[in-house]
Amino acid sequence: MSRNRNNWRGYFFVAPATLYLMLFSFVPMVVAAYLSLYRWPLLNPDREFVGLGNYVEALRDPFFRGAFVNTLLYAAMSVPLGMLSSLAVAVLVSQKLRGMAFFRTLYYVPAVSSGVAISMVWIWVFMPQDGLINYCLRLVGGAGDVDFLGDPHLVMPALVLMSMWIGLGPRMVIFLAGIQGIPQSLYESAQIDGAGAWQRFWHITLPMLVPTTFFVLVTSTIGAFQLFTPVYVMTKGGPRRATDVVVYHIFKEAWHKFHIGSASAQSYVLLAVILVISLIQFRLMRRQLQEAAEAL
Amino acid sequence: MKTIRAICLYAVLALLAVATIAPLVWMVMTSLHPPLSPIPTPDRLFRPERWAFSNYAYVLSFPELPVVRFIVNSIVVTASVVLVQLVICSLAAYGFARMTFRGRDTLFVIFLLTMMIPATVIVVPLFLTVHKMGMLNTYAGLILPYPYLSTAFGTFLLRQFFMTIPQSLDEAARLDGASDLRIWWHIVMPSAKPALATLAAFGFIWAWTDFYWPMLATSTVDMRTLEVGLSIFKDAYGTTNWPLQMTAAVIVMAPALGFFLLLQRYFVKGVVLTGIKG
Repeated sequence: MSRNRNNWRGYFFVAPATLYLMLFSFVPMVVAAYLSLYRWPLLNPDREFVGLGNYVEALRDPFFRGAFVNTLLYAAMSVPLGMLSSLAVAVLVSQKLRGMAFFRTLYYVPAVSSGVAISMVWIWVFMPQDGLINYCLRLVGGAGDVDFLGDPHLVMPALVLMSMWIGLGPRMVIFLAGIQGIPQSLYESAQIDGAGAWQRFWHITLPMLVPTTFFVLVTSTIGAFQLFTPVYVMTKGGPRRATDVVVYHIFKEAWHKFHIGSASAQSYVLLAVILVISLIQFRLMRRQLQEAAEAL
Repeated sequence: MKTIRAICLYAVLALLAVATIAPLVWMVMTSLHPPLSPIPTPDRLFRPERWAFSNYAYVLSFPELPVVRFIVNSIVVTASVVLVQLVICSLAAYGFARMTFRGRDTLFVIFLLTMMIPATVIVVPLFLTVHKMGMLNTYAGLILPYPYLSTAFGTFLLRQFFMTIPQSLDEAARLDGASDLRIWWHIVMPSAKPALATLAAFGFIWAWTDFYWPMLATSTVDMRTLEVGLSIFKDAYGTTNWPLQMTAAVIVMAPALGFFLLLQRYFVKGVVLTGIKG
Protein backbone atom coordinates (compact mmCIF):
# COMPACT_ATOMS: atom_id res chain seq x y z
CA MET A 1 0.00 0.00 0.00
CA SER A 2 2.58 2.54 1.07
CA ARG A 3 4.86 1.15 -1.63
CA ASN A 4 2.19 2.08 -4.17
CA ARG A 5 1.90 5.58 -2.72
CA ASN A 6 5.65 5.96 -3.04
CA ASN A 7 5.45 5.00 -6.69
CA TRP A 8 2.95 7.75 -7.40
CA ARG A 9 4.96 10.37 -5.53
CA GLY A 10 7.96 9.46 -7.64
CA TYR A 11 5.97 9.61 -10.89
CA PHE A 12 4.67 13.03 -9.91
CA PHE A 13 8.20 14.45 -9.84
CA VAL A 14 9.49 12.87 -13.03
CA ALA A 15 6.23 13.38 -14.95
CA PRO A 16 6.87 16.86 -16.42
CA ALA A 17 10.30 15.99 -17.81
CA THR A 18 9.11 12.61 -19.03
CA LEU A 19 6.13 14.14 -20.80
CA TYR A 20 8.39 16.76 -22.31
CA LEU A 21 10.79 14.15 -23.65
CA MET A 22 7.87 12.05 -24.91
CA LEU A 23 6.25 14.95 -26.75
CA PHE A 24 9.31 16.60 -28.17
CA SER A 25 11.76 13.76 -28.58
CA PHE A 26 10.12 10.34 -28.58
CA VAL A 27 6.93 11.13 -30.52
CA PRO A 28 8.82 13.03 -33.26
CA MET A 29 11.17 10.04 -33.56
CA VAL A 30 8.20 7.78 -34.23
CA VAL A 31 6.56 10.27 -36.57
CA ALA A 32 9.83 10.61 -38.50
CA ALA A 33 10.03 6.82 -38.83
CA TYR A 34 6.45 6.81 -40.16
CA LEU A 35 7.07 9.67 -42.58
CA SER A 36 10.20 8.01 -43.89
CA LEU A 37 7.97 5.30 -45.42
CA TYR A 38 6.05 7.78 -47.56
CA ARG A 39 6.72 9.86 -50.61
CA TRP A 40 5.36 13.20 -49.56
CA PRO A 41 6.16 16.54 -51.11
CA LEU A 42 5.12 18.88 -48.29
CA LEU A 43 2.99 21.15 -50.47
CA ASN A 44 1.01 18.20 -51.76
CA PRO A 45 -1.81 16.93 -49.49
CA ASP A 46 -1.52 13.31 -50.67
CA ARG A 47 1.23 11.04 -49.54
CA GLU A 48 2.05 7.77 -51.16
CA PHE A 49 3.26 4.73 -49.21
CA VAL A 50 6.60 3.61 -50.62
CA GLY A 51 7.83 1.25 -47.89
CA LEU A 52 11.58 1.33 -47.69
CA GLY A 53 11.75 3.10 -51.04
CA ASN A 54 13.12 6.31 -49.55
CA TYR A 55 15.90 4.40 -47.84
CA VAL A 56 16.84 2.55 -51.01
CA GLU A 57 16.77 5.81 -52.92
CA ALA A 58 18.91 7.55 -50.30
CA LEU A 59 21.54 4.81 -50.35
CA ARG A 60 21.60 4.91 -54.16
CA ASP A 61 21.72 8.69 -54.41
CA PRO A 62 25.31 9.61 -55.28
CA PHE A 63 24.87 13.08 -53.74
CA PHE A 64 23.68 11.67 -50.42
CA ARG A 65 26.56 9.20 -50.42
CA GLY A 66 28.87 12.06 -51.31
CA ALA A 67 27.53 13.99 -48.33
CA PHE A 68 28.40 11.03 -46.10
CA VAL A 69 31.91 10.84 -47.54
CA ASN A 70 32.33 14.56 -46.86
CA THR A 71 31.05 14.17 -43.31
CA LEU A 72 33.31 11.19 -42.64
CA LEU A 73 36.26 13.12 -44.02
CA TYR A 74 35.44 16.06 -41.78
CA ALA A 75 35.03 13.81 -38.73
CA ALA A 76 38.21 11.88 -39.51
CA MET A 77 40.17 15.14 -39.48
CA SER A 78 38.42 17.24 -36.87
CA VAL A 79 37.94 14.58 -34.16
CA PRO A 80 41.56 13.36 -33.75
CA LEU A 81 43.08 16.81 -34.32
CA GLY A 82 40.60 18.44 -31.97
CA MET A 83 41.18 15.83 -29.28
CA LEU A 84 44.97 15.92 -29.52
CA SER A 85 45.16 19.70 -29.42
CA SER A 86 42.78 20.02 -26.49
CA LEU A 87 44.52 17.23 -24.54
CA ALA A 88 47.86 18.98 -25.07
CA VAL A 89 46.43 22.30 -23.92
CA ALA A 90 44.73 20.64 -20.93
CA VAL A 91 48.09 19.23 -19.83
CA LEU A 92 49.66 22.68 -20.20
CA VAL A 93 47.01 24.54 -18.21
CA SER A 94 46.91 21.85 -15.50
CA GLN A 95 50.36 23.00 -14.32
CA LYS A 96 50.23 24.71 -10.98
CA LEU A 97 51.44 28.08 -12.17
CA ARG A 98 50.04 31.58 -11.89
CA GLY A 99 47.53 32.73 -14.49
CA MET A 100 46.30 29.31 -15.60
CA ALA A 101 42.68 30.17 -14.73
CA PHE A 102 42.95 33.17 -17.04
CA PHE A 103 44.07 31.06 -19.99
CA ARG A 104 41.39 28.44 -19.34
CA THR A 105 38.67 31.10 -19.42
CA LEU A 106 40.11 32.69 -22.55
CA TYR A 107 40.26 29.44 -24.52
CA TYR A 108 36.60 28.80 -23.71
CA VAL A 109 35.38 32.07 -25.22
CA PRO A 110 34.90 30.86 -28.84
CA ALA A 111 32.61 28.06 -27.62
CA VAL A 112 30.09 30.47 -26.11
CA SER A 113 30.11 32.76 -29.12
CA SER A 114 27.33 32.88 -31.68
CA GLY A 115 27.89 30.35 -34.47
CA VAL A 116 26.70 32.74 -37.18
CA ALA A 117 28.90 35.61 -35.95
CA ILE A 118 31.93 33.32 -35.74
CA SER A 119 31.31 31.97 -39.20
CA MET A 120 31.20 35.52 -40.55
CA VAL A 121 34.51 36.37 -38.90
CA TRP A 122 36.12 33.22 -40.25
CA ILE A 123 35.04 34.12 -43.77
CA TRP A 124 37.46 36.99 -43.30
CA VAL A 125 40.16 34.77 -41.72
CA PHE A 126 40.12 32.57 -44.85
CA MET A 127 39.71 35.33 -47.43
CA PRO A 128 42.24 35.60 -50.27
CA GLN A 129 44.43 38.73 -50.13
CA ASP A 130 43.00 40.56 -47.13
CA GLY A 131 42.27 37.58 -44.88
CA LEU A 132 44.21 36.88 -41.68
CA ILE A 133 45.88 33.67 -42.84
CA ASN A 134 46.93 35.09 -46.20
CA TYR A 135 48.22 38.20 -44.43
CA CYS A 136 50.38 35.98 -42.22
CA LEU A 137 51.50 33.96 -45.27
CA ARG A 138 52.66 37.20 -46.93
CA LEU A 139 54.58 38.17 -43.81
CA VAL A 140 56.65 35.00 -44.16
CA GLY A 141 57.14 35.50 -47.89
CA GLY A 142 54.19 33.64 -49.42
CA ALA A 143 52.02 34.92 -52.24
CA GLY A 144 49.08 35.33 -49.89
CA ASP A 145 46.38 34.69 -52.43
CA VAL A 146 45.09 31.29 -51.31
CA ASP A 147 41.32 31.08 -51.63
CA PHE A 148 40.64 28.63 -48.80
CA LEU A 149 36.85 28.64 -49.05
CA GLY A 150 36.88 28.67 -52.86
CA ASP A 151 39.14 25.65 -53.34
CA PRO A 152 37.40 22.25 -53.07
CA HIS A 153 40.59 20.70 -51.66
CA LEU A 154 41.24 23.35 -49.03
CA VAL A 155 37.73 24.12 -47.83
CA MET A 156 37.37 21.05 -45.59
CA PRO A 157 40.73 21.50 -43.83
CA ALA A 158 39.70 25.15 -43.36
CA LEU A 159 36.46 24.12 -41.60
CA VAL A 160 38.45 21.62 -39.51
CA LEU A 161 40.81 24.36 -38.36
CA MET A 162 37.84 26.48 -37.38
CA SER A 163 36.24 23.57 -35.49
CA MET A 164 39.48 23.11 -33.53
CA TRP A 165 39.35 26.77 -32.58
CA ILE A 166 35.73 26.52 -31.42
CA GLY A 167 36.01 23.16 -29.66
CA LEU A 168 39.29 23.71 -27.87
CA GLY A 169 37.80 25.15 -24.67
CA PRO A 170 35.03 22.63 -23.89
CA ARG A 171 37.21 19.61 -24.67
CA MET A 172 40.09 21.09 -22.69
CA VAL A 173 37.85 21.57 -19.64
CA ILE A 174 36.72 17.92 -19.78
CA PHE A 175 40.31 16.65 -20.07
CA LEU A 176 41.33 19.02 -17.30
CA ALA A 177 38.68 17.60 -14.97
CA GLY A 178 40.02 14.14 -15.81
CA ILE A 179 43.62 15.13 -15.12
CA GLN A 180 42.68 16.74 -11.82
CA GLY A 181 40.88 13.55 -10.80
CA ILE A 182 44.09 11.49 -11.00
CA PRO A 183 45.42 10.80 -7.49
CA GLN A 184 48.55 12.88 -6.85
CA SER A 185 50.14 9.93 -5.01
CA LEU A 186 50.58 8.07 -8.31
CA TYR A 187 52.80 10.84 -9.63
CA GLU A 188 54.74 11.09 -6.39
CA SER A 189 55.64 7.41 -6.28
CA ALA A 190 56.57 7.50 -9.98
CA GLN A 191 58.85 10.44 -9.31
CA ILE A 192 60.56 8.50 -6.51
CA ASP A 193 61.09 5.68 -9.01
CA GLY A 194 62.82 8.21 -11.24
CA ALA A 195 60.22 8.53 -14.01
CA GLY A 196 60.60 11.62 -16.20
CA ALA A 197 57.80 13.97 -17.17
CA TRP A 198 57.19 12.19 -20.48
CA GLN A 199 57.13 8.75 -18.82
CA ARG A 200 54.72 10.01 -16.18
CA PHE A 201 52.42 11.33 -18.91
CA TRP A 202 52.66 8.11 -20.93
CA HIS A 203 52.31 5.63 -18.06
CA ILE A 204 50.03 7.47 -15.64
CA THR A 205 48.13 10.39 -17.18
CA LEU A 206 47.16 8.72 -20.44
CA PRO A 207 45.95 5.37 -18.99
CA MET A 208 44.06 7.17 -16.24
CA LEU A 209 42.38 9.40 -18.82
CA VAL A 210 40.87 6.51 -20.81
CA PRO A 211 37.26 7.04 -19.63
CA THR A 212 37.57 10.79 -20.25
CA THR A 213 39.06 10.19 -23.67
CA PHE A 214 36.25 7.81 -24.54
CA PHE A 215 33.65 10.38 -23.54
CA VAL A 216 35.33 13.12 -25.58
CA LEU A 217 35.73 10.78 -28.54
CA VAL A 218 32.05 9.82 -28.64
CA THR A 219 30.67 13.33 -28.09
CA SER A 220 33.13 14.91 -30.55
CA THR A 221 32.21 12.37 -33.21
CA ILE A 222 28.48 12.93 -32.71
CA GLY A 223 29.15 16.67 -32.87
CA ALA A 224 31.22 16.34 -36.05
CA PHE A 225 28.38 14.45 -37.74
CA GLN A 226 26.03 17.33 -37.00
CA LEU A 227 28.09 20.10 -38.58
CA PHE A 228 25.65 22.67 -39.94
CA THR A 229 25.89 26.38 -39.10
CA PRO A 230 29.39 27.07 -40.55
CA VAL A 231 28.41 25.29 -43.77
CA TYR A 232 25.14 27.21 -43.99
CA VAL A 233 26.78 30.57 -43.40
CA MET A 234 30.19 30.16 -45.05
CA THR A 235 30.02 27.74 -47.95
CA LYS A 236 26.41 26.67 -48.64
CA GLY A 237 27.82 23.21 -49.28
CA GLY A 238 30.26 24.36 -51.96
CA PRO A 239 32.54 24.75 -53.73
CA ARG A 240 31.58 21.85 -55.99
CA ARG A 241 29.75 20.09 -53.11
CA ALA A 242 33.01 19.70 -51.19
CA THR A 243 31.28 20.75 -47.94
CA ASP A 244 27.87 19.28 -48.64
CA VAL A 245 27.71 17.44 -45.31
CA VAL A 246 24.86 15.16 -44.24
CA VAL A 247 22.91 17.55 -42.01
CA TYR A 248 23.13 20.32 -44.59
CA HIS A 249 22.07 17.86 -47.29
CA ILE A 250 19.04 16.81 -45.22
CA PHE A 251 18.25 20.45 -44.53
CA LYS A 252 18.06 21.15 -48.25
CA GLU A 253 16.05 17.99 -48.90
CA ALA A 254 13.47 19.03 -46.31
CA TRP A 255 13.29 22.79 -46.59
CA HIS A 256 14.34 23.61 -50.15
CA LYS A 257 12.86 20.64 -51.99
CA PHE A 258 10.17 19.89 -49.36
CA HIS A 259 10.78 16.15 -49.71
CA ILE A 260 9.65 15.35 -46.19
CA GLY A 261 9.63 11.56 -46.57
CA SER A 262 13.09 11.19 -48.01
CA ALA A 263 14.52 13.77 -45.59
CA SER A 264 13.16 11.66 -42.71
CA ALA A 265 14.65 8.50 -44.20
CA GLN A 266 18.00 10.22 -44.65
CA SER A 267 18.02 11.42 -41.06
CA TYR A 268 17.36 7.87 -39.89
CA VAL A 269 20.34 6.70 -41.93
CA LEU A 270 22.35 9.38 -40.14
CA LEU A 271 21.10 8.18 -36.75
CA ALA A 272 22.01 4.59 -37.62
CA VAL A 273 25.51 5.58 -38.71
CA ILE A 274 26.05 7.59 -35.52
CA LEU A 275 24.92 4.65 -33.38
CA VAL A 276 27.11 2.17 -35.26
CA ILE A 277 30.17 4.40 -35.00
CA SER A 278 29.59 4.98 -31.27
CA LEU A 279 29.30 1.23 -30.81
CA ILE A 280 32.50 0.57 -32.75
CA GLN A 281 34.29 3.17 -30.63
CA PHE A 282 33.01 1.45 -27.50
CA ARG A 283 34.17 -1.94 -28.77
CA LEU A 284 37.60 -0.63 -29.65
CA MET A 285 38.11 0.97 -26.26
CA ARG A 286 36.37 -1.64 -24.12
CA ARG A 287 39.57 -3.35 -22.98
CA GLN A 288 41.19 -0.06 -22.01
CA LEU A 289 38.01 1.06 -20.26
CA GLN A 290 37.93 -2.14 -18.21
CA GLU A 291 41.58 -1.82 -17.27
CA ALA A 292 41.04 1.76 -16.20
CA ALA A 293 38.04 0.76 -14.11
CA GLU A 294 40.10 -1.92 -12.37
CA ALA A 295 42.98 0.46 -11.73
CA LEU A 296 40.74 2.87 -9.83
CA MET B 1 65.84 24.82 -15.82
CA LYS B 2 62.53 25.28 -14.09
CA THR B 3 62.32 28.93 -15.15
CA ILE B 4 63.11 28.07 -18.74
CA ARG B 5 60.33 25.52 -18.75
CA ALA B 6 57.90 28.03 -17.27
CA ILE B 7 58.86 30.65 -19.86
CA CYS B 8 58.33 28.17 -22.72
CA LEU B 9 54.99 27.19 -21.25
CA TYR B 10 53.82 30.78 -20.97
CA ALA B 11 55.05 31.49 -24.51
CA VAL B 12 52.98 28.63 -25.93
CA LEU B 13 49.92 29.60 -23.90
CA ALA B 14 50.23 33.25 -24.92
CA LEU B 15 50.57 32.32 -28.59
CA LEU B 16 47.44 30.20 -28.34
CA ALA B 17 45.67 33.02 -26.53
CA VAL B 18 46.49 35.39 -29.39
CA ALA B 19 45.22 32.84 -31.94
CA THR B 20 42.03 32.41 -29.89
CA ILE B 21 41.33 36.06 -29.48
CA ALA B 22 42.57 37.50 -32.81
CA PRO B 23 39.39 36.83 -34.83
CA LEU B 24 37.28 38.34 -32.04
CA VAL B 25 39.49 41.41 -31.73
CA TRP B 26 39.25 41.86 -35.48
CA MET B 27 35.49 41.64 -35.22
CA VAL B 28 35.23 44.34 -32.55
CA MET B 29 37.77 46.66 -34.19
CA THR B 30 36.19 46.29 -37.64
CA SER B 31 32.83 47.22 -36.18
CA LEU B 32 34.35 50.62 -35.34
CA HIS B 33 35.49 51.41 -38.86
CA PRO B 34 33.24 53.71 -40.91
CA PRO B 35 30.61 51.85 -42.99
CA LEU B 36 31.73 50.67 -46.43
CA SER B 37 35.41 51.18 -45.65
CA PRO B 38 37.68 48.53 -47.19
CA ILE B 39 38.37 45.33 -45.26
CA PRO B 40 40.70 46.26 -42.41
CA THR B 41 43.90 44.24 -42.71
CA PRO B 42 45.89 43.84 -39.51
CA ASP B 43 48.05 46.92 -40.18
CA ARG B 44 45.01 49.17 -40.69
CA LEU B 45 42.89 47.54 -38.03
CA PHE B 46 43.73 49.86 -35.15
CA ARG B 47 43.86 53.00 -37.32
CA PRO B 48 40.42 53.53 -38.88
CA GLU B 49 39.72 56.70 -40.85
CA ARG B 50 37.60 57.67 -37.87
CA TRP B 51 36.16 55.79 -34.91
CA ALA B 52 32.62 54.99 -36.02
CA PHE B 53 30.86 54.30 -32.73
CA SER B 54 27.74 55.49 -34.53
CA ASN B 55 27.64 52.10 -36.32
CA TYR B 56 25.99 50.69 -33.22
CA ALA B 57 23.21 53.28 -33.14
CA TYR B 58 22.77 52.79 -36.87
CA VAL B 59 22.44 48.98 -36.71
CA LEU B 60 20.18 49.11 -33.65
CA SER B 61 17.81 51.46 -35.46
CA PHE B 62 18.32 49.82 -38.83
CA PRO B 63 15.49 50.83 -41.17
CA GLU B 64 14.99 47.48 -42.88
CA LEU B 65 15.44 45.06 -39.98
CA PRO B 66 13.88 45.41 -36.50
CA VAL B 67 17.08 44.68 -34.58
CA VAL B 68 15.69 45.77 -31.22
CA ARG B 69 12.76 43.44 -31.77
CA PHE B 70 15.27 40.60 -32.45
CA ILE B 71 16.91 41.38 -29.11
CA VAL B 72 13.58 41.28 -27.28
CA ASN B 73 12.67 37.98 -28.98
CA SER B 74 16.00 36.43 -28.04
CA ILE B 75 15.64 37.53 -24.43
CA VAL B 76 12.06 36.22 -24.15
CA VAL B 77 12.95 32.89 -25.74
CA THR B 78 16.19 32.35 -23.86
CA ALA B 79 14.78 33.31 -20.46
CA SER B 80 11.73 31.07 -20.92
CA VAL B 81 13.76 28.11 -22.13
CA VAL B 82 16.12 28.38 -19.16
CA LEU B 83 13.24 28.74 -16.70
CA VAL B 84 11.30 25.77 -18.10
CA GLN B 85 14.43 23.62 -18.05
CA LEU B 86 15.31 24.59 -14.48
CA VAL B 87 11.85 23.67 -13.20
CA ILE B 88 11.23 20.40 -15.01
CA CYS B 89 14.81 19.15 -14.71
CA SER B 90 15.05 19.86 -11.00
CA LEU B 91 11.70 18.15 -10.33
CA ALA B 92 12.80 15.08 -12.27
CA ALA B 93 16.24 15.11 -10.68
CA TYR B 94 14.60 15.15 -7.24
CA GLY B 95 12.51 12.14 -8.23
CA PHE B 96 15.49 10.21 -9.54
CA ALA B 97 17.85 11.12 -6.70
CA ARG B 98 15.54 11.00 -3.69
CA MET B 99 12.68 8.59 -4.34
CA THR B 100 12.22 4.95 -5.13
CA PHE B 101 9.50 4.00 -7.56
CA ARG B 102 8.94 1.20 -9.97
CA GLY B 103 10.77 1.60 -13.29
CA ARG B 104 12.98 4.41 -11.99
CA ASP B 105 16.28 3.09 -13.26
CA THR B 106 14.90 2.05 -16.64
CA LEU B 107 13.35 5.48 -17.10
CA PHE B 108 16.63 7.13 -16.17
CA VAL B 109 18.51 5.11 -18.80
CA ILE B 110 15.89 6.13 -21.38
CA PHE B 111 16.49 9.76 -20.41
CA LEU B 112 20.21 9.33 -21.01
CA LEU B 113 19.66 7.58 -24.34
CA THR B 114 17.70 10.55 -25.71
CA MET B 115 20.95 12.51 -25.55
CA MET B 116 22.17 10.41 -28.50
CA ILE B 117 19.35 11.47 -30.85
CA PRO B 118 20.58 13.95 -33.44
CA ALA B 119 18.35 17.01 -33.61
CA THR B 120 18.14 16.54 -37.39
CA VAL B 121 15.99 13.43 -36.96
CA ILE B 122 13.27 15.09 -34.93
CA VAL B 123 13.30 18.52 -36.49
CA VAL B 124 11.02 17.69 -39.44
CA PRO B 125 8.20 16.04 -37.43
CA LEU B 126 8.64 18.69 -34.76
CA PHE B 127 8.03 21.34 -37.36
CA LEU B 128 4.91 19.51 -38.59
CA THR B 129 3.61 19.12 -35.02
CA VAL B 130 4.15 22.77 -34.16
CA HIS B 131 2.50 23.68 -37.46
CA LYS B 132 -0.54 21.47 -36.65
CA MET B 133 -0.83 23.05 -33.21
CA GLY B 134 -0.93 26.44 -34.87
CA MET B 135 2.18 27.52 -32.97
CA LEU B 136 4.45 28.32 -35.89
CA ASN B 137 5.79 31.84 -35.70
CA THR B 138 4.75 32.25 -32.05
CA TYR B 139 6.79 32.44 -28.87
CA ALA B 140 5.24 29.17 -27.69
CA GLY B 141 6.45 27.47 -30.85
CA LEU B 142 9.91 28.90 -30.38
CA ILE B 143 10.19 27.95 -26.72
CA LEU B 144 8.30 24.72 -26.04
CA PRO B 145 9.76 22.17 -28.42
CA TYR B 146 13.28 23.29 -27.85
CA PRO B 147 14.94 20.32 -29.49
CA TYR B 148 18.54 21.09 -28.70
CA LEU B 149 18.32 21.99 -25.07
CA SER B 150 18.55 18.57 -23.69
CA THR B 151 16.18 17.92 -20.83
CA ALA B 152 18.11 14.72 -20.24
CA PHE B 153 21.40 16.56 -19.75
CA GLY B 154 19.85 18.92 -17.22
CA THR B 155 18.17 16.13 -15.28
CA PHE B 156 21.41 14.14 -15.18
CA LEU B 157 23.46 17.13 -14.05
CA LEU B 158 21.06 18.06 -11.24
CA ARG B 159 20.57 14.45 -10.14
CA GLN B 160 24.32 14.03 -9.70
CA PHE B 161 24.36 17.13 -7.51
CA PHE B 162 21.25 16.25 -5.51
CA MET B 163 22.86 12.91 -4.61
CA THR B 164 25.66 14.79 -2.84
CA ILE B 165 23.25 16.76 -0.61
CA PRO B 166 22.94 14.95 2.75
CA GLN B 167 19.52 13.39 3.30
CA SER B 168 19.46 14.16 7.03
CA LEU B 169 17.83 17.54 6.40
CA ASP B 170 15.06 15.96 4.31
CA GLU B 171 14.35 13.45 7.04
CA ALA B 172 14.17 16.07 9.74
CA ALA B 173 11.75 18.10 7.62
CA ARG B 174 9.70 15.01 6.86
CA LEU B 175 9.33 14.28 10.59
CA ASP B 176 7.97 17.82 10.91
CA GLY B 177 5.35 16.87 8.33
CA ALA B 178 6.78 18.62 5.28
CA SER B 179 5.62 17.33 1.90
CA ASP B 180 7.99 16.29 -0.88
CA LEU B 181 7.26 19.48 -2.80
CA ARG B 182 8.19 21.56 0.26
CA ILE B 183 11.41 19.58 0.73
CA TRP B 184 12.26 20.03 -2.94
CA TRP B 185 11.67 23.77 -2.82
CA HIS B 186 12.88 24.69 0.68
CA ILE B 187 15.74 22.27 1.26
CA VAL B 188 17.11 20.71 -1.91
CA MET B 189 16.79 23.67 -4.29
CA PRO B 190 18.53 26.22 -2.02
CA SER B 191 21.46 23.84 -1.46
CA ALA B 192 21.72 23.18 -5.19
CA LYS B 193 22.29 26.78 -6.29
CA PRO B 194 25.69 26.09 -7.90
CA ALA B 195 24.28 23.23 -9.98
CA LEU B 196 21.25 25.29 -10.97
CA ALA B 197 23.58 28.10 -12.02
CA THR B 198 25.54 25.63 -14.13
CA LEU B 199 22.41 24.45 -15.92
CA ALA B 200 21.27 28.04 -16.42
CA ALA B 201 24.68 28.95 -17.83
CA PHE B 202 24.66 26.13 -20.38
CA GLY B 203 20.98 26.71 -21.18
CA PHE B 204 21.56 30.39 -21.80
CA ILE B 205 24.39 29.80 -24.25
CA TRP B 206 22.55 27.02 -26.09
CA ALA B 207 19.31 28.94 -26.46
CA TRP B 208 20.96 32.28 -27.25
CA THR B 209 23.21 30.89 -29.98
CA ASP B 210 20.79 28.38 -31.45
CA PHE B 211 20.10 28.81 -35.11
CA TYR B 212 18.38 25.86 -36.80
CA TRP B 213 15.13 25.72 -34.84
CA PRO B 214 14.36 29.46 -34.61
CA MET B 215 15.10 29.73 -38.32
CA LEU B 216 12.48 27.05 -39.11
CA ALA B 217 9.90 28.01 -36.50
CA THR B 218 9.62 31.65 -37.52
CA SER B 219 8.38 32.98 -40.82
CA THR B 220 7.97 36.72 -40.38
CA VAL B 221 10.81 39.08 -39.72
CA ASP B 222 9.39 40.39 -36.43
CA MET B 223 9.54 36.92 -34.80
CA ARG B 224 13.18 36.18 -35.66
CA THR B 225 15.75 35.83 -32.91
CA LEU B 226 19.06 37.69 -32.96
CA GLU B 227 21.01 34.73 -34.29
CA VAL B 228 18.64 34.27 -37.23
CA GLY B 229 18.44 38.02 -37.75
CA LEU B 230 22.20 38.12 -38.04
CA SER B 231 22.21 35.56 -40.82
CA ILE B 232 19.51 37.54 -42.69
CA PHE B 233 21.65 40.62 -42.24
CA LYS B 234 24.66 38.75 -43.60
CA ASP B 235 22.81 37.36 -46.61
CA ALA B 236 21.18 40.71 -47.42
CA TYR B 237 24.28 42.85 -47.12
CA GLY B 238 26.77 40.30 -48.31
CA THR B 239 30.44 40.82 -47.81
CA THR B 240 30.27 44.34 -49.10
CA ASN B 241 29.93 46.14 -45.81
CA TRP B 242 32.19 44.51 -43.26
CA PRO B 243 32.02 47.23 -40.58
CA LEU B 244 28.22 47.07 -40.31
CA GLN B 245 28.21 43.28 -40.47
CA MET B 246 30.70 43.09 -37.64
CA THR B 247 28.68 45.63 -35.66
CA ALA B 248 25.69 43.31 -35.95
CA ALA B 249 27.88 40.34 -35.00
CA VAL B 250 29.14 42.12 -31.87
CA ILE B 251 25.57 43.00 -30.87
CA VAL B 252 24.66 39.30 -31.07
CA MET B 253 27.72 38.07 -29.24
CA ALA B 254 28.14 40.64 -26.47
CA PRO B 255 25.32 39.40 -24.18
CA ALA B 256 26.45 35.76 -24.39
CA LEU B 257 30.02 36.77 -23.71
CA GLY B 258 29.04 38.93 -20.75
CA PHE B 259 26.94 36.12 -19.36
CA PHE B 260 29.82 33.69 -19.78
CA LEU B 261 32.34 35.92 -18.01
CA LEU B 262 29.85 36.39 -15.17
CA LEU B 263 29.18 32.67 -14.74
CA GLN B 264 32.40 31.20 -16.13
CA ARG B 265 33.29 29.15 -13.08
CA TYR B 266 29.99 27.27 -13.41
CA PHE B 267 30.91 26.05 -16.88
CA VAL B 268 33.86 24.18 -15.42
CA LYS B 269 31.75 23.01 -12.50
CA GLY B 270 29.24 21.39 -14.83
CA VAL B 271 31.93 19.15 -16.24
CA VAL B 272 33.05 18.08 -12.79
CA LEU B 273 29.46 17.57 -11.61
CA THR B 274 28.45 15.26 -14.40
CA GLY B 275 31.35 13.11 -13.29
CA ILE B 276 32.80 12.96 -16.77
CA LYS B 277 36.18 12.76 -15.12
CA GLY B 278 35.52 9.02 -15.02
